[in-house]
Amino acid sequence: MTVTTQGKSGAADKGSQGSDEAKTPARADEVTFTIDGVETSVPKGTLVIRAAEEIGVEIPRFCDHPLLEPAGACRQCLVEVSMPDREGNLRPMPKPQASCTLTASPGMVVKTQLTSAVADKAQHGVMELLLINHPLDCPVCDKGGECPLQNQAMSHGRPTSRLVDAKRTFAKPLAVSTQILLDRERCILCQRCTRFSLEIAGDPFIDLQKRGASQQIGRFDESVLDFEEPVDPERGADVPVGAALADESGSTFASYFSGNTVQICPVGALTSAAYRFRSRPFDLISTPAVAEHDSCGSAIRVDHRRGVVLRRLAGDDPAVNEEWITDKDRFAFAWQSAADRLSTPLVRERSVAADGTVTRGALRPASWVEALELAAEGLAAAKERGGVAVLPGGRLTVEDAYAYAKFARVALGTNDVDHRARVHSDEESAFLAHLVAGSGIGVTFADLEAAPAALLVGLEAEEEAGVTFLRLRKAAEKRGLKVFSVAPFATRGLERMSGTLLPAAPGTEAEWLDGIADGETQDPQSVALAGEALGQPGAVILVGERLAGVPGAYSAVLRLAERTGARVAWIPRRAGERAGVELGTLPTLLPGGRPVADDAARAEVAGSWGVAALPDAPGRSADDIVDALAVGQLAGAVVGGVELSDLPDPAHARRALAQAEFLVSLEVRESEVTGFADVVLPVAPPTEKSGAYWNWEGRVRPFGQALESSAMADHRVLDALADTLGAPLGLGSLDQVRAEVEGFAAWTGARAAAPAVDPVEPPAVEPGTAVLASWRLLLDAGRGQDGEPFLAGTAKRPVARVSTVTAAACQVSDGDLLTVRSDRGAVTLPVAVTEMVDHVVWLPLRSPGSAVHESLGAGPGDTVRVAAAGADVASPPVSGSDEGSLR
Amino acid sequence: MTSPLTPVLTETWDADRSWSLDTYRASGGYDALEKALGQDPGDLVQLVKDSGLRGRGGAGFPTGLKWGFLPPDDGGPRYLVVNADESEPGTCKDIPLMMASPHLLVEGVAITSFAIGCNHAFIYVRGEVLHVYRRLLRAVEEAYAAGLLGKDVLGKGYDLDVTVHAGAGAYICGEETALLDSLEGRRGQPRLKPPFPAVAGLYARPTVVNNVESIASVPSIVRHGADWFKGMGTERSAGYGIFSLSGHVKTPGQYEAPLGITLRELIDMAGGMREGHQLKFWTPGGSSTPLFTDEHLDVPLDYESVGAAGSMLGTRALQIFDETTCVVRAVTRWTEFYAHESCGKCTPCREGTFWLRAVLQRVEAGQGTQEDLDVLLDVCDNILGRAFCALGDGATSPITSSIQYFRAEYEAHITGGACPFDHSKSALFDYTPREPKALTGAGAH
Repeated sequence: MTVTTQGKSGAADKGSQGSDEAKTPARADEVTFTIDGVETSVPKGTLVIRAAEEIGVEIPRFCDHPLLEPAGACRQCLVEVSMPDREGNLRPMPKPQASCTLTASPGMVVKTQLTSAVADKAQHGVMELLLINHPLDCPVCDKGGECPLQNQAMSHGRPTSRLVDAKRTFAKPLAVSTQILLDRERCILCQRCTRFSLEIAGDPFIDLQKRGASQQIGRFDESVLDFEEPVDPERGADVPVGAALADESGSTFASYFSGNTVQICPVGALTSAAYRFRSRPFDLISTPAVAEHDSCGSAIRVDHRRGVVLRRLAGDDPAVNEEWITDKDRFAFAWQSAADRLSTPLVRERSVAADGTVTRGALRPASWVEALELAAEGLAAAKERGGVAVLPGGRLTVEDAYAYAKFARVALGTNDVDHRARVHSDEESAFLAHLVAGSGIGVTFADLEAAPAALLVGLEAEEEAGVTFLRLRKAAEKRGLKVFSVAPFATRGLERMSGTLLPAAPGTEAEWLDGIADGETQDPQSVALAGEALGQPGAVILVGERLAGVPGAYSAVLRLAERTGARVAWIPRRAGERAGVELGTLPTLLPGGRPVADDAARAEVAGSWGVAALPDAPGRSADDIVDALAVGQLAGAVVGGVELSDLPDPAHARRALAQAEFLVSLEVRESEVTGFADVVLPVAPPTEKSGAYWNWEGRVRPFGQALESSAMADHRVLDALADTLGAPLGLGSLDQVRAEVEGFAAWTGARAAAPAVDPVEPPAVEPGTAVLASWRLLLDAGRGQDGEPFLAGTAKRPVARVSTVTAAACQVSDGDLLTVRSDRGAVTLPVAVTEMVDHVVWLPLRSPGSAVHESLGAGPGDTVRVAAAGADVASPPVSGSDEGSLR
Repeated sequence: MTSPLTPVLTETWDADRSWSLDTYRASGGYDALEKALGQDPGDLVQLVKDSGLRGRGGAGFPTGLKWGFLPPDDGGPRYLVVNADESEPGTCKDIPLMMASPHLLVEGVAITSFAIGCNHAFIYVRGEVLHVYRRLLRAVEEAYAAGLLGKDVLGKGYDLDVTVHAGAGAYICGEETALLDSLEGRRGQPRLKPPFPAVAGLYARPTVVNNVESIASVPSIVRHGADWFKGMGTERSAGYGIFSLSGHVKTPGQYEAPLGITLRELIDMAGGMREGHQLKFWTPGGSSTPLFTDEHLDVPLDYESVGAAGSMLGTRALQIFDETTCVVRAVTRWTEFYAHESCGKCTPCREGTFWLRAVLQRVEAGQGTQEDLDVLLDVCDNILGRAFCALGDGATSPITSSIQYFRAEYEAHITGGACPFDHSKSALFDYTPREPKALTGAGAH
């Protein structure tokens, strides 16, 4: 298989066109003009400031940002311009022009500060004016040392100030949210932050107010503007947990992208509570990396000092995340160095009684040699007594996924390997084998931007793939992308994409998809519109992993794609899902999309692995592995980064692991699995290893090791374990793994057949019950966000959403407590009455106070009982289990 | 002696209940509208082009040409917006016109709208002048009732709605694109141009923005013809205009005269300077135009001559100051106005006016230094032509021109350690000078 390790690609080719062709005559869509005596040709519509960059002339600027609309506010980028008149005579423009708002035109002659005394004086003048009210607190400012104002004041400013009068001051800082702080006196009013929140994220929360020198970025103030009183912060949905100012709509500000404003602020006015006053930029060592929190593969930069990661920034990758990342990718990194990090192998004391019964004792630290030997011994025995399965978890790098896949087949001789620590199905395996595995780069972010229409099903892009949402929104705003979403209600994310809801109760997604494919359904009209839109060239269907919980839905997606010609992209939540599909951590797939069931495929892989044969028995899925462990059909398991609470039935999984004869856990931090494991082998978190994530586009996203560490990546540990087992994998180094992965030629044999599962009739909804809808929020009780309280304060407050009709049936209104109950337990949350499908209740899947799998043993599509809290006294009260129990 | 006055806009100001529809119609009001509705709209645009009418809001851009910039009709709406946000210090022509003769404006709006193919016109009035806002509302109401606005105007099959909108009190909203943003309900700050309002103005549709006096001049041009209009004024500055005299003259007020009249003639008509005093300095077109002194008494007040003499005709707001006035004090007050009214969008205007105010307040209080004058001039140089819109440019005019003509007076403040003037002498009322404001932090480092 060919792995293309693309870092920056795609959009980079745009810039190279002009410079290579400097001598050739300009094309019709180009304009030729002169900057500082250098003639240059640029595409029509190019701004002068951008064209100057192309020829290596840097014009100082503050408000200008290539991804935001021009503002022309700071006036730092003034240049002297002459234009040819009708007769072609060059006429100087009377005033210096802002090069960030000026489009290049044929024959224009631009003189920057390098060749024009007027431009230089103008820039010096503006710089001095910017500084008169700017505090000289650079020594204590987070931005000091990497500050565009500081840098450009050095290069284009006066050495001393002529201002002898009092500077403008403000009370400091203003807490916009628990994470974002605003020091107004440092602000130079470039409006990058307000333009970002308006144009990119679509959650305007701060804007200009007052005027003149009193102008400031501030919160929405209803008392000034005579607006309605804000919504009671105790009520409503999409409200953050922590304190926050009100946004433009009067609701409390909640944004998943606010950290980007801190990064693009050209001064130290916006800072994050997590990083404020923690470090000086020149003490930091930066490593380009890839974010581990979703499947987008966003480029990030990890900054550390003396072995401690202090912050992460968005990397600049036009092809993937442009310059934006989610707040989770930015701020959630403390988990990697949490107090419960495993630093040494652990082994469990055992005592064997005379009758042979084994009693497990406590875990104790052990040497690697001892731990590996005990692990190998135990696994070998378990392999003999029923077999050992592998549950690697969904956060794997390419290299680690490959090692798990090979370890399972070669060292354990089994296809019982499944990375899906979530609701999954055999239909999904078939869908992935048929459409995704080995398909290379499919739909890309650029394709989303150019698409005329996108249908989202089983996917809430803002919550589950943040920068994908930003790209969809950009396309919707700038290029008229029509977004359709098959979901029970229109989320704030969908509204911000001006999207259309196809209101589907959980479990009916397949029916809706078939309805769109039929093209005959006219009710509602949006179905016909969606079908029509998807028929346009370039249209895409974006499928989330949650469809695995809806029998027939994946099959229906394929039918719809075939009918309309739309391309399909599968966008899972976790960073390692696609790598697992590509490299064979699924029971039905071998590396490169080779089906296990195909003799030739198995022979090819066996050949390249240098083993006689690969196991041909069909593997068990994660659910089946858990079942088999529970009844003793399987004797042991190797478990990677799996949180039991993420599994569809955590209680059942706990029973199963307790039953396992022998359990080996590879983990970064202590987890629930640690408590069941016989041998615990510590592995490295992403910052302490090199590797690559395989993002949902199919793009491989390599990253380097940020911190020096003795911790080993999973593939090294598995390699050592396999050596001890006597089945060497040859995967001890990153180069070895990559060489092997790249050595696989593309699979040319038959692809697995498309799944053809019939939809299941949704269950009837009895009075007092509702169908459960649920998905994970971006910021929730996941352990990846541990140790970051400021970020946690910006998470949305968990609420139960029901329609007016459902609320009335339960006799609850907005803000009342609603109890959602199953035979297993209950979740009680405040109600947010939402315009949504009736007889459906939505809960966040795994937020504090709403652990759906854990508390209810149920998942989306299941029927649950709903009642006002306290009304359903007959059932035993359930408490404790619905907490984020892993804290 | 025949008076040089040419009362056209001000003709009916002294009539009984001059603002009422009846009074207006009694003097031939709305005849021009009836005449215009019988003509081809293109001919009306040509008529105004031929008349040589130039924008009366200050910049003097040819009105007919502006109308001609509208792109061809694409079936969508296009708008006329009347800029009635008169707030320049010293400028006082649109507000009395709308007080005394609101129907003249309404008729002008109707004719202009018909000429440019607009079915919905807006009048953006400065919010502080509530009485004018009420008069306009009443006039529009009367016009609707009389069939002069609304559906099928005068039975000629033309529909026109007029909305009178009160601004919220920002000088910047007199800038046409800031006005449009404000009218749309946004924060009033100037827009990036292009696109110009003619292409994408109000609600991103083709829009003409004209000053009150420009629009109010249209009915008379329709009634009397382009040649009649050109017969007044100078060759390139045709027609009449309202000259607002304020300050140290005996009879301040609005004098409607042909463009090209001189201040000497105007002061004569105003009864001369205050008894026993001489002219010291004056603004030809409001505080944004560079100052003139008594050397400029005979400069013809038309666009070209005033420009050639180093200032701008602007809004013909003639603020007259005699020798009792401290020029530093006057300039400081104007600068305080600009610092207060700067919208804050761009650095030069926002920070520059803040700085100029601080320095001037200090100089006025006698705490300045010689270097301060250089700083003032250099900061002005760094604002002029560097700001986003013309507000910043205007803020520098009084400072640079006053230092040009009265540098010695500035220096007297600095060397004397205090203002050498007795302010009670320049006041036209009982006045007890106050202690200068405490200058917090001034010169502290």
